[in-house]
Amino acid sequence: MDIFIPNIVLTLGQIMSNNSDHSIEHHIQTYIRVFIALGVLTVITVAVSYLEVSFIEAFFLAITIASIKGSLVLGFFMHLISERAAIIWILVATTVAFIILMFIPLISLTDSTGMY
Amino acid sequence: MSSIPYIVEERPDTGLNNSKLGVWIFLASEVMLFGGLFSAYVFLRLAAPEGDFDYWGAKLNVPMATFNTMLLITSSVTMVMSWASLKLKQFDKYKMYLGITILCALGFLFVKYFEYTGKFHHGIYPSSSTFMGIYFTLTGLHVLHIIGGLVVLIYLWTRQADKMWEENPDLLANRIEVTGLYWHFVDLVWIFLFPILYLL
Repeated sequence: MDIFIPNIVLTLGQIMSNNSDHSIEHHIQTYIRVFIALGVLTVITVAVSYLEVSFIEAFFLAITIASIKGSLVLGFFMHLISERAAIIWILVATTVAFIILMFIPLISLTDSTGMY
Repeated sequence: MSSIPYIVEERPDTGLNNSKLGVWIFLASEVMLFGGLFSAYVFLRLAAPEGDFDYWGAKLNVPMATFNTMLLITSSVTMVMSWASLKLKQFDKYKMYLGITILCALGFLFVKYFEYTGKFHHGIYPSSSTFMGIYFTLTGLHVLHIIGGLVVLIYLWTRQADKMWEENPDLLANRIEVTGLYWHFVDLVWIFLFPILYLL
């Protein structure tokens, strides 16, 4: 079964999966841009932590920025945008299992221990 | 002596070499390991008395952790640059970039050592509070991953790498690629640990 992937990602993926000298030099420019983006996003992460917002808003902001940074590392440093379907499917399964794991604490809300 | 098949060349059925597929499956298991602890963090935070996590979280050193974040990001880019250097057949640059990666990893551990000993000096231990318990567990496990990665990085920087480069350059490039996957994952975990433990 094919996964829908936008054309721009496919094009980037084709560039990233090509290992000719010219392509590797193109990779290096991309790595430097990603590095700068990660540095800037780290500064932004620290800066927004000083905003006077509620915990939920602060949590949402922090996780959003961390997810963007994580996507950059996964996509470009770990070459996921040009990776084979076998790896994409391993990660899809892992993501589903991870989300289930993160929601397990919610089961505690149904726990009636101490309510009597 | 027969060698393990498909550690450099791609398997026809998966389109991948076994080294890369194996490391990705390992990383999937690592996601679940850290995921379990993240889940524990959420559970503990939801159940903690109001203000408890804020009180203990304020005792952490944000500038030190920010510096460590920058170190790990730098080590990630130098790691991938070392792989690119091998692909460009520039072995000297490979050694330089991998050397910087090793220095960044050592720097991270050095800063972490001062962070931990600073806490111990002030009488703060994992048993001091629920927050400190999960803080030391998460960051301690992460530090163990850094140390494990560092051992492999140093091995790939020694004369063994020189020998491998002369005998089988594709094998060295492959090993650096899969080691890099692990190293970027360690960086990825820290990207989430940093705001959750130090900033929220």
